[in-house]
Amino acid sequence: MDILNNLFTNIYNAINAFLNGLLGGAGLRPDAASAIVAAIMGLIVGTVVLLFGVGVVLTLIWLERKVAARVQDRVGPNRVGPFGMLQPVADTIKMFIKEDIVPTNADGLVHLLAPVIALAPAVLAFVVVPFGQGMQPADLNIVVLWVVSVSSIGTVGLFMAGYGSNNKFALLGGMRAVAQAISYEIPQVLTIVPIILLAGSMSLVQIVQKQSTLWYVFVLPVGLIGFVVYYISALAEVNRTPFDQPEGESEIVAGHHTEYSGMKFGLFYLAEYFNFFIVCTIATTLFLGGWQGPFLPSWLWFLIKTYALILLGMWIRMTLPRFRVDQLMKFAWQVLVPISLINIVLTGILLMFFKVG
Amino acid sequence: MLTSQFLTYVAFFVLSAIALIGAFLAVTLRNLVRAALGLILSFMGVAGIYFVLEAEFVAIVQVIIYIGAISVLILFAIMLTRGLMTSAASTQNSQWIGAAFVGMLMFAVLFFVAITTNWPLAQPHTISDLIPRLGADLVTTYLLPFEAVSLLLLAALIGAIVIARE
Repeated sequence: MDILNNLFTNIYNAINAFLNGLLGGAGLRPDAASAIVAAIMGLIVGTVVLLFGVGVVLTLIWLERKVAARVQDRVGPNRVGPFGMLQPVADTIKMFIKEDIVPTNADGLVHLLAPVIALAPAVLAFVVVPFGQGMQPADLNIVVLWVVSVSSIGTVGLFMAGYGSNNKFALLGGMRAVAQAISYEIPQVLTIVPIILLAGSMSLVQIVQKQSTLWYVFVLPVGLIGFVVYYISALAEVNRTPFDQPEGESEIVAGHHTEYSGMKFGLFYLAEYFNFFIVCTIATTLFLGGWQGPFLPSWLWFLIKTYALILLGMWIRMTLPRFRVDQLMKFAWQVLVPISLINIVLTGILLMFFKVG
Repeated sequence: MLTSQFLTYVAFFVLSAIALIGAFLAVTLRNLVRAALGLILSFMGVAGIYFVLEAEFVAIVQVIIYIGAISVLILFAIMLTRGLMTSAASTQNSQWIGAAFVGMLMFAVLFFVAITTNWPLAQPHTISDLIPRLGADLVTTYLLPFEAVSLLLLAALIGAIVIARE
């Protein structure tokens, strides 16, 4: 069991030791050698995390279509590969060979950069997630804020898509995306505050370690309230139904990515699922004890919890209709923000009288 | 040590270049949206410089506040104002002489302060409990400004909710 649990950290250590031995023997100065090893290891970890992320997105696309089909009493994709599992691969190939169309009066540079800027923050947020015991690609002591800050950059990408396309539906979509993101960011950040208070740390690694006896979602009532508010605002932040007004296809064609085709559209698609996966991993880390769990390897526990949240999100998407735009804003400012503020005060009171964790 | 110092210098100059290019674009571009995007590039460069200086907290707050909130708000205001998005506004009006004078004065003051102050060099990696200490200072030494700012932000928040109600 220990072998499985430490599988990835052991692989990391082995490659690290191998490189150190290789460069140490090559007669380089020790500081130069260690700097080069650190750079190579960073590159390897970054590549692995990125590939893992893309793999996750491909499975999520397949899973979403299968879950949607199940909810609507259909079969779903079943032609390509076993159970249609290779369908996302076929989709990717299709996107690569599609023509890339740029509208005549579009702002070319902004139109080109928008999908990149939408995807980059999602990848950046990926590098701080503790996927298992000792398996965080990078750990700063302010990682919680890092996640919040990079996700706020993604909004700019959606806006650029809306503006750069020179299309009124795209502009409306971009506008909705910006308004929604700045509104729902506030309850999302405010629900993280009680967790920081409970853990006494902003490091995701330490937050997970503090939850070894009690998951924060079970610190009643603040943990449960925080979890529900966080999950709702996270779904809104990543624009998933019932919060998908920015691309509401029955109202504004496809919103901010109306004028995108080929792999540029593919990048938006990728960013959307990347973001969805990340908010679920963060919710797992903050509220569901991260990789903590008995018997199974830590990274497996982490994936199980994350996929449970993802399935919940897909279920919600298939079940609920879309909000109206004004209802959406009202809900954020008049319901979620006050609740999360009260939640912070409650946590303070709770910590005055009890010792948690 | 030498290698990491060299890398720090490279990172500093690249990030400074990004910040300056962004600032230059922000004041020279005639298209308002592109100018705002240039401003975001400049903020990114500054945040990167904070990271190089090992002030991670300031860097991240810079990204959250200046990019996530202020720039997005600027973009939003541009979008909501009729005709601003398509027309190429002039980058200067009759007040440019006064503005240039004030800007130059500001630069002179900062430059003077920068070269006359004896900057103490911090030892690298001396402060590990930065965030707890910052929090403690905010509610002890700097309590009054902290409370004043909190009150202001609370008033703004309540104001936003009241406006949203109407």
